[in-house]
Amino acid sequence: MAYSDTRRRMFAESIDAIKEKGLYKEKRFIWSPQDAEIEVEYPEGASHEKVLNFCANNYLGLSSHPEVIKAAHDGLEERGYGMSSVRFICGTQDIHRDLQDKVSAFLGMEDTLLFPSCMDANAGVFEAILEAEDVIIADRLIHASLVDGIRLCSAEYDTFKHMDMKHLRKKLELHQDKRHRLIVTDGVFSMDGDLCPLDEMCDLAEEYDAMILVDDSHASGFIGKTGRGVHEHFGIMDKVDLITTTFGKALGGASGGCVSGRKELVELCRQKARPYLFSNSLSPVIVAATIRVIDILSKTTERRDKLEENTKRFRKGITEAGLNVREGVTPIVPVMLYNAKLANDMSRDMYAEGIYVIGFFFPVVPAGAARIRVQLSAAHENEHIDKCVAAFKKVGEKYGILGLDKKGIVEKYGM
Amino acid sequence: MDEIKDVVLEYVIDEYVEEDDMEVTFDTPLISSGLVDSFSMVSLKAFLEKKYDISIPDADATPEAFDTVNSIVGIVEKHKS
Repeated sequence: MAYSDTRRRMFAESIDAIKEKGLYKEKRFIWSPQDAEIEVEYPEGASHEKVLNFCANNYLGLSSHPEVIKAAHDGLEERGYGMSSVRFICGTQDIHRDLQDKVSAFLGMEDTLLFPSCMDANAGVFEAILEAEDVIIADRLIHASLVDGIRLCSAEYDTFKHMDMKHLRKKLELHQDKRHRLIVTDGVFSMDGDLCPLDEMCDLAEEYDAMILVDDSHASGFIGKTGRGVHEHFGIMDKVDLITTTFGKALGGASGGCVSGRKELVELCRQKARPYLFSNSLSPVIVAATIRVIDILSKTTERRDKLEENTKRFRKGITEAGLNVREGVTPIVPVMLYNAKLANDMSRDMYAEGIYVIGFFFPVVPAGAARIRVQLSAAHENEHIDKCVAAFKKVGEKYGILGLDKKGIVEKYGM
Repeated sequence: MDEIKDVVLEYVIDEYVEEDDMEVTFDTPLISSGLVDSFSMVSLKAFLEKKYDISIPDADATPEAFDTVNSIVGIVEKHKS
């Protein structure tokens, strides 16, 4: 037997090693649609609990919105379930083209290409547009999918300290001998919730003749006055060369992503990006629903405005309660605990209080920077937010960390 | 010998240390401690290759081999000779 007992044992030992490092991802089952309040089976086999969800990327509360569900139903009825083809053979419907056009208009870009996910967009974009004589200069905390895409590309790459523009300048100077320079950053960093200084980056890009790619997955739909993203927030809609983003977060939450930007760069992706060429088209169901999402967001800013208010309410409440949070304006709010066990223990206690949040620690975040990441949604009501803050206060009190800064928490629990 | 050590330490501090209070010595674990991640390690490799006019094969550029300034010096010496 090729899958011998010895081989089975070796793989089982690898799983055990993950458990020993405390990195094992436990199964959690949701028995309800995605929403502010969900029904959860955790641990596996336990009775279901109704809890408030503060760890979804459902920023605009559109995952289970009736209009989006109806559009998905209509898409299913009118265009079918699957395409059974990649895009360039017989997998492109009129609605795929419509969605690309709508995304281009929404983001203020020249052209857009759909991918099965933003992970795939990031995996494919670099190898499609750059070659060995080029260089990619990336922020050190960019998303793992960008890291993977950069590693798949033959261009040289380098990194700069997180959001450190002096360091970026130094790297741009260092690589002036390359043919193309591409600066790569997240618009909003998913673990810290901080907004990249895109305006300064664009100035540097101009000064040193570089292009810019922004992954706006944690920004599209709600950052900026009308939710177009970080480039809108800084008033530089025309300065960004490429945006990659997802439909799996604020924009409906199902799946799918895209590369949007300068038309020649998007066309090169259409011709060369392997995840585009070798994976199936987005399902018509998702395409139709995402079109509706873009239509909703193009008509009104009501949902992103509510998210902004919710974010302000939570940030104010949690700070007044004495928790140590990273300052910022985005709906990603890391409650800093520094110690991995403390983050784990507190998230378990929060669950017991009816609040679903997750602790993050090394290697997902830097060593000694463990935290519970809270994500706000437009689906949250004031009472949800107040209940979450009250639970943090109660659990924080239990662990004696209220009012403590980093030094105080580290003195008590270590890093 | 010491000169290489000092040059590498200075580069590591300048390139990777973000907090002023973090002390990095010749034996401080860089990668296993999370101070330097494998993605960012590439700039250190490129720096060493340019500075000492050497080529470090990928098989030698492992996270273990790059984990301290002392071990990095070992790699440089191996490929300089």
